[in-house]
Amino acid sequence: MENPENVIEVRNLEINFHTYAGEVKAIRDVSFDLRKGETLAIVGESGSGKSVTTRSLMGLLAPNAEIKKGSIMFHGDDIIKKSEKEMQHIRGKDIAMIFQDPMTSLDPTMRIGMQIAEPLMKHKGLKKKEAIAQALEMLKLVGITNPEGRINDYPYQFSGGMRQRIVIAIALVCYPEVLIADEPTTALDVTIQAQILDLMKDLQNRIDTSIIFITHDLGVVAGMADRVAVMYAGKIVEYGTVDEIFFNPQHPYTWGLLNSMPTLDTEGGSLSAIPGTPPDLLDPPVGDAFAARSDYAMKIDTQQEPPFFKVSDTHYAATWLLHPDAPKVTPPAEIVRRQQKFAAMQKPEAPIKSDTKE
Amino acid sequence: MVENPNNIEINPGDFAPLDKQAGPDKEKIAAPSLTFGQDVWRRLKANKTAFVSFIVLLLLFLMAFGGQALYHHDPNAQAPKYANLPPKIPGVNIHGLNGHITQSGQDVDAYKQAGASSSVHYVLGTDYLGRDLLARIMYGTRISLEIALIATLIDLTIGVGLGILSGWKGGRVDIFIQRIIEILSSIPSLVVMVLMATAFTKTGMASIIAALALINWTTMARLTRAQTLQLKNQDFILAARTLGESAPKIAWKHLLPNLSSVIIIQTMFTIPNAIFFEAFLSYIGIGISSPQASLGTLISDGQKNFQFLPYQMWYPAAVLIILMLAFNLLGDGLRDAFDPKSKR
Amino acid sequence: MRKYLLKRILYLFLTLFIVATATFFLMKLMPGTPLQNEAKLTASEKASILAQYGLDKPVWLQYITYIVGIFHGSLGLSFQFSDQAVSYLIGSRMGPSMQLGAQALVVGVIFGIILGAIGAIKKDTWADRLATILSILGIAVPSFVLAILFQYYVGLKLGWFPVAGWSGFAYTVLPTLALAASPLAETARFIRTDMVDVLSSDYIELAKAKGLSKFGIVYHHALRNSLIPMVTLIGPLAAALMTGSMVVENIFSVPGIGEQFVKSILVNDYPTIMGVTIFYSALLCVLLLLTDIVYGIIDPRIRLSGNGD
Repeated sequence: MENPENVIEVRNLEINFHTYAGEVKAIRDVSFDLRKGETLAIVGESGSGKSVTTRSLMGLLAPNAEIKKGSIMFHGDDIIKKSEKEMQHIRGKDIAMIFQDPMTSLDPTMRIGMQIAEPLMKHKGLKKKEAIAQALEMLKLVGITNPEGRINDYPYQFSGGMRQRIVIAIALVCYPEVLIADEPTTALDVTIQAQILDLMKDLQNRIDTSIIFITHDLGVVAGMADRVAVMYAGKIVEYGTVDEIFFNPQHPYTWGLLNSMPTLDTEGGSLSAIPGTPPDLLDPPVGDAFAARSDYAMKIDTQQEPPFFKVSDTHYAATWLLHPDAPKVTPPAEIVRRQQKFAAMQKPEAPIKSDTKE
Repeated sequence: MVENPNNIEINPGDFAPLDKQAGPDKEKIAAPSLTFGQDVWRRLKANKTAFVSFIVLLLLFLMAFGGQALYHHDPNAQAPKYANLPPKIPGVNIHGLNGHITQSGQDVDAYKQAGASSSVHYVLGTDYLGRDLLARIMYGTRISLEIALIATLIDLTIGVGLGILSGWKGGRVDIFIQRIIEILSSIPSLVVMVLMATAFTKTGMASIIAALALINWTTMARLTRAQTLQLKNQDFILAARTLGESAPKIAWKHLLPNLSSVIIIQTMFTIPNAIFFEAFLSYIGIGISSPQASLGTLISDGQKNFQFLPYQMWYPAAVLIILMLAFNLLGDGLRDAFDPKSKR
Repeated sequence: MRKYLLKRILYLFLTLFIVATATFFLMKLMPGTPLQNEAKLTASEKASILAQYGLDKPVWLQYITYIVGIFHGSLGLSFQFSDQAVSYLIGSRMGPSMQLGAQALVVGVIFGIILGAIGAIKKDTWADRLATILSILGIAVPSFVLAILFQYYVGLKLGWFPVAGWSGFAYTVLPTLALAASPLAETARFIRTDMVDVLSSDYIELAKAKGLSKFGIVYHHALRNSLIPMVTLIGPLAAALMTGSMVVENIFSVPGIGEQFVKSILVNDYPTIMGVTIFYSALLCVLLLLTDIVYGIIDPRIRLSGNGD
């Protein structure tokens, strides 16, 4: 481990999928760290590779996926090199996962108490009775009312929000070090979304777990994450603290994402979509993959891949616009407004968000 | 994690804005686009088992319907003195194909025993009346296929017609058709066929076809109805309705093309089912009767001598089994090929 | 649920009524009376035989008598065995048929589940292909061909089991195996398709994420979810067994209903044909009804829609 603060270190990960049409290069040289107790959000469009990245942390890639390169260090061991048997001891115990759709992620034919108890029996060697007793505690913790009366119910007897609480209970029952949440609120009503997010934050403090939060919705990220990584076409294009990404974004793709996100203080109320579609990863473009959709593309974007340029100690972006020789461009008006706000935030002694872990 | 930007060689003109006109097209879809039909054909070809089944079926059809043109033997011509001769192919000296049989432990030339001249040979031997077995198998396969295909065609017409009607109209029409299907499908299909076949024994082929058609249409109707119900409320159908297209025209232009995959797959399973039931009825003696032959009657005839002349049953049985296998495997292959979920 | 059940039972009776009516009139269309076997009879003897079968009455009265008789458990007299009631004939032959059917069902379903599960778990490997080939062969090889092959090669050549007859368990082995092929194949195909679906579902993904072993996932989650819809196979399997029993019982000389049915068809014993038809239909209808009830009880998802809450 390069940094003792890190729980997971991903380095130069490359994953290809074998399909009838050829090799899809789904993950192209991705590196990131997850620190103890933090929430790292990975943001991107569907197909950008964010889910594939997290599946690889669990060792749950589809059979036609192949890890070409890279390492995933966890407790000093490379997860990629572990056998299926060894991974079974990590899954659910040290690294747990919450899925997108609570309506389909519970076994419809098993009582929920048993479903929560299963990881305990597997990993802690508990007897069924003890495991069910702990499952009951967990149900209380995730806020199911009348847990004693409901522990023997089947999933169909719960609403979507309640089911997601049960899924969270299953994930957290072994107090894992890392929790991967793959779009955990996308399938839920907006009012329920907030409750689930609050619950996750609350439990993170109690259980002291690190969270990797996958989403395409930047709005969810703002209140949840400490740090944000933006993915595009199988690469991380920008990462930084949540304030840096929201108020001082550097990559044109991040601009586009923020620009297409409605906020309460959006002036004029107009949203702009990012034109075009993501590139085909069967044959990824040379240079900056976003160039074809970017209004700020330069000649070099189609020739060479941009390296990460340092913006601050915690903030890096892979765009040629940050090169000292690059012409100064003016971002969209909304981004300029955000950057002004960021500048104002830097001046006072106490920043608005001081709890950001460095 | 941070690369040194200075390692990269940079030319002065590199930071010029990109000419968007010349640049790559934003809206370009990179994957080659295939029509639905092309996609299905590609995936069918990729599925080796299904493709081989398709070829095997083609060959069997050729044999059944065109075989007589090449092999001039009357399937009904009897030659009692040449009864029960084993297969003999001139020039082949493998036991079982050289006209020899094993009689009480001794290798005997059956043709010589029957007093046949050396020019007489039956490729697959003869049956108990001295009829040429290959000619009879070709003939029997044709009859079996004819019955199955005609019955399936009737099924298809009734099933798809009533299915669309039921799904499209809804209400009382739907309830009425559903009740009929419900009642018909709670009677064992075999029983219906036996009844039909015994009640109209004189009509032979026609009664079997009628019996098969009466039973098999219900599955097709149920599938078509479910699919129609789904399609009915989709936007392209609603659009056609809003534009004032007539119901039959919508059914023909919009519904049928979208139902085609379900229909084709189901047909692939209806045909072997019909072949099986025809063989079954003929085997127990209430289907096709002589001098006509079908695979079922040939197996039934062959069975009588199975202990001594097993080839008499083996050959027609093999044709029946291969037919059933090929249709089922092709059906499986088509189902996978049509199913967008199984895209790989 | 109760209302639904009542409705289903009503339909059951309606179906059987229609079957009985259709069978009755189809058989009336046919030539032949119980007399054809005994050509040289005097006029008064003929009349008394016709009267014994009630054939001297007008057709509509015969029909009413027949339908009313069914409710009293009477299916008329057999033409072939002139002193036997059809219901007695069926009853006396039910034992062997039921035993064969049950044995074949158990063998077929158990091995079908194993074969189907192997296919789904080892999808796209040689094991899957082998399981698929076996199950398609089970569908492609008609029971009568299989029965003859078993009888000749296993019974006669190898001499492992008796070739024909019905006196002890050894006699049931070959017919059971011949009869089991079709349900085995149907079950295997059904389970494979179903389990492939189940194995790609989100809750299996969650089970993997819990760190359960492959065996644990299959045993605790996949199998249970795949087996529940299998209840719907009861009807088709029973129908397949009825079909199979007709030829298998015949080939192995098992004194069962199927064997009798074929005999009656060949000698135009109409009352027996009608009786067996109604018996088979009733059996299938009851099984289908049971299927529905059992499905409603064991599947929590179904129970939900049944209660409407």
